[in-house]
Amino acid sequence: MRPSAVRLLNILVPIKSSQHALGRAVDYAVKIRVNPEQTGIDLNVKHSMNPFDEIAVEEAVRMRERLKDAVKSIKVVTIGPPKSAETLRTALAMGADSAIHVEIPESAPSPEPLGVAKTLKALIERQKEGVDVVILGKQAIDDDAGQTGQMLAGLMGWSQATFASKVEVNPEQKVANITREIDGGLEELRCKLPVIITTDLRQVQLFNHRICQEPRYASLPNIMKAKKKPVEKLTAAELGVDITPRLETIKVTEPPKRVGGGKVANVDELLAKLKEAGITGKRA
Amino acid sequence: MASKVTRLRALALYKELHRLGRDYEPSYDFHRKLRRLFEKNRNLTDDEEIEKALRFGEYIKNETLALYSLRKYRHLKRMYPSNSTSDT
Repeated sequence: MRPSAVRLLNILVPIKSSQHALGRAVDYAVKIRVNPEQTGIDLNVKHSMNPFDEIAVEEAVRMRERLKDAVKSIKVVTIGPPKSAETLRTALAMGADSAIHVEIPESAPSPEPLGVAKTLKALIERQKEGVDVVILGKQAIDDDAGQTGQMLAGLMGWSQATFASKVEVNPEQKVANITREIDGGLEELRCKLPVIITTDLRQVQLFNHRICQEPRYASLPNIMKAKKKPVEKLTAAELGVDITPRLETIKVTEPPKRVGGGKVANVDELLAKLKEAGITGKRA
Repeated sequence: MASKVTRLRALALYKELHRLGRDYEPSYDFHRKLRRLFEKNRNLTDDEEIEKALRFGEYIKNETLALYSLRKYRHLKRMYPSNSTSDT
C-alpha cells in the first residue's frame, strides 16, 4: 500500500517596512545619507522591518526547523515603495525562500489595512501551489492598526488565530494548535488549515527561561546569499486591486500634557474638589 | 603562523563587525575602535594568540547583538506596556 503523500506547507509572511520609527521615538541620532539619486540628503533614512513582522518571519523559519521537509516554501511579501525591498532582503537573509514586492510609488500614501488585505487575497489566489499558513505581525508600529490579519481572514473565509504566542502545525492532519495571548492569560485554539496567524510579543520570562520569540540576526553571509534569492515584482494594478485610501486623516495631535495633581488639606476639601469636578457619587 | 584560513576568518569577522557597528551609538565611534583593535593585532603569528583574538572578536559581536536586542526590547516594552490589570 502506498503511503499517502505528506501534505506540504506553503507559508506566506507579509511584512511591512516603516521608516525608522524606532530611531525617532527614542531620539537616536539618525545617520544622514545621500539619497539614491544623489541629488540631496536622504530624508527617509532607514526602513526597518516592523518588529512584529520580524517575529512572524522568525516563526515561519522555526516552523521549517521543526517540520523540516514538510515546509515546502516560505514566501515573504511586502507592499511598499522601492526602498522597502531592503526589508525583503532581510527577511530572505533570515531564512525565507523567495519574495514578492508589490511596488507602490514613493509618493503614494501607505496602504490601509483593507487595501493590504485585498492585495494579499489576490496574491494568495495567484499562487499555483496554494497557501496553507499566513503569518503576520499583529500590528505595525507606525499605525498600530492591528487589522490586516483579521480582514484577510474575513475576505478569504479562513480560520484565524490572532495574538499567537505559540504555534504548532500538524501538516498531516491539516490542523494547527495555537496558543493566544488574551487578557489575563492564554487561550488554546485548534484551527483547520489554511489559517491566518498574527504574532504577538511574548514577555521575557523570569529565571532566564526565554520563551520570547527572539528574531534571529541576519548575518552577513546570509545577507549575501539572500541576494541570489528571487524577488518577484508586481503592482497592485496587475493584481486587479484598488488600494486607494478610503479613510481621511483629519487631525493628529499629541496627548495632552500631564497636569500636576494638587494636595488637599482634609477630607472636606477633597469632597469639595470632587464636587467641583462633577463627581458626586449620586446616581445621575 | 597566520595562515590563509585565519586571514579569511579575520576579514569576515571585520566585515561582520563593521556592518553591526552601523547601528551603534555614534558618540562611541565603533568603527574607529574596531579598526584600531584589528590593526593592533595585525602582526600576530602565534596560533594561540590569533585564536584568542578571533574569539574576542566573536564575543564583541555577540555582546553588540545582545545590546541591540535589549534596546529594541526596552523600546517595545515602553511603547506597548502591559495592562496593569493583567498578570503579564
